[in-house]
Amino acid sequence: MTVKKDQWINLSFVFGVIGFIGIANSFFDEYTIRILNNIAIFTILAVSYNLINGVTGQFSLEPNGFVAIGAYVTALLLVSPEAKQYQYAIVDPYPFVLSLHANFVVALVLSGFFATCLALVLSFPVFRVRGDYLAIVTLGFGFIIKIFAINYPEVTNGSLGLNDIPEFSNLYWTGGIAIIAVITVLNIVNSKFGRAMKAVRDDEDAAIAMGVNTFKAKTFAFCTSAFFEGVGGGLLAALLTSISPDLFDFFFTFQLLIIIVLGGLGSTTGAIVGTILVMGGSEWMRFLDEPMKFFGYTTPAMPGLRMVVFSLILIFIMLFAREGIMGKKELKDLFKGRKRSAK
Amino acid sequence: MFMQQMINGFSLGSMYALIAIGYTMVYGVLRLINFAHGDIMMVGGFLGFFGVAVLELPFLAAVLLAIVGSALLGMASDRIAYRPLRSAPKISLLITAIGVSFFLENAFNVFFGGVPRAFPVPSVLEDILEFGGLTIPVSALIVPILTAMLLAIILWVLFKTKYGMAIRALAFDVDTVNLMGIDANRIITIVFGMGSALAAVGGIFWVVNYPSVDPMMGVLVGLKAFAAAVVGGIGSVGGAVLGGLIIGFTEVVVIAFFPELGGYKDAFAFIFLILILLFKPTGILGIDFEKSRF
Repeated sequence: MTVKKDQWINLSFVFGVIGFIGIANSFFDEYTIRILNNIAIFTILAVSYNLINGVTGQFSLEPNGFVAIGAYVTALLLVSPEAKQYQYAIVDPYPFVLSLHANFVVALVLSGFFATCLALVLSFPVFRVRGDYLAIVTLGFGFIIKIFAINYPEVTNGSLGLNDIPEFSNLYWTGGIAIIAVITVLNIVNSKFGRAMKAVRDDEDAAIAMGVNTFKAKTFAFCTSAFFEGVGGGLLAALLTSISPDLFDFFFTFQLLIIIVLGGLGSTTGAIVGTILVMGGSEWMRFLDEPMKFFGYTTPAMPGLRMVVFSLILIFIMLFAREGIMGKKELKDLFKGRKRSAK
Repeated sequence: MFMQQMINGFSLGSMYALIAIGYTMVYGVLRLINFAHGDIMMVGGFLGFFGVAVLELPFLAAVLLAIVGSALLGMASDRIAYRPLRSAPKISLLITAIGVSFFLENAFNVFFGGVPRAFPVPSVLEDILEFGGLTIPVSALIVPILTAMLLAIILWVLFKTKYGMAIRALAFDVDTVNLMGIDANRIITIVFGMGSALAAVGGIFWVVNYPSVDPMMGVLVGLKAFAAAVVGGIGSVGGAVLGGLIIGFTEVVVIAFFPELGGYKDAFAFIFLILILLFKPTGILGIDFEKSRF
């Protein structure tokens, strides 16, 4: 009985989102649609990032690296050979780079595929040891990707980046893939693998004692989140139409970290709520970076003040409201009443 | 030419070593990767810059200001951000550390600007000595010597004083330390102070050798120093120094002999990190934290 009710709640939510996308696409202005696109892409990223960080409890700082991979793969496949011909200003590209071309779907799938392969390679050294090496290795990985993007102009066009990427991303693509990502992640969380992941998070020793293959659970979570981060990177490239190595610095990961912490680590619903709040709030807080008037006194423009506020918010949530908005609860738990608190 | 590069490598390695000691000590007592440690080194460099360029203090006074200021900042970060989370899940502690790191970078960026500023290096340190064909800047000589002296002091504190005994006991078992009537929180704060003071010295060396300061300079150095701590064996002070020297040497020597790899120099530390995790996760001199703590 409850299962059926849960399904109804989730289904009506999905149809609500689809309806909203339809309405938004025909009635909202360009600026709002751009923000909605961003929210959809960040939902994909946040929900998948939450899988490794929140559900499996392995602190990782990888999104910017995998998003960069996805963005570059998609860009290389989508930019037409003619457009590539004049873009490579630093050195001549390899001939195969010019001949790369694919349609959008293939590009997105390959973006996810390459990110997953790299995640698999990384997981062998990292998950062999317990502890927090994942955080430092993935943080370093983000830097290495950037170093390669800059120092390999034959493929990536160096610090100039790639431009003239066809703008394939629209609300149907971003929203549609966001729904697919959310459903996939929810299904994983509620499966055998998902229970293994939560067991790893709550008590790794007990999980091992119960026969859970913790290496497999962690690697599966890591690779799944890498896949969706690669796809999200591809969508982002096709939304922004130009990418450069500087786009994927650590701030990218930091934003996602705030999103999942604010929403509640381990809750997929929380990741979505967090995305909407942080992306919306970050637009709203733009005023912080500009000159402000206090009682007739004008402060100078302080670019970057937003980030100071963000980092303070992160510290405060950790110190005083560690559960975030949703805790570990999901959408369906909100309709359950007080009888059973979800854990 | 070879000797020249050896000296440069030694100098760079010593700077990584100084910063790596802070990582390894904090990891030893709290099992925390203190992401903000690299930024504390940046604050040290900045305080030195302010001492010399803005307050017009003599160089040594500015160094003292940097050391004291950074040590206080490190202790404050522990008191405000980490202490309330002692019993929380470790992931909360790591997230807070990321928050502190990002806060320091961006606060300095907002209030002092992100443009690198030239550091006025005292002329004594800019002198160049010549030994039979070798040209050695004074700073490249002083850095390893001072590092060795500081290392001796740290080892003396750790192994010959009561505080050192408390720190080592804390790395062993926190609860028992509390039962013995030692205030574990106070010892942890002292560890933060010591580590931050060393990071400040490293920061001063850094801005003297690469004479500029900017708010983001601690990020990459901090990461490499952490990699150094892991390579040497996290939890071991000698290991941190060894790891720092290995990574410093590699960067200098590889670039001297293969200049075309220059763009990739920042990647070496991570390649070392990955290799050590694959083949000897406890590091060269490391202690296996999982099987037996010390």
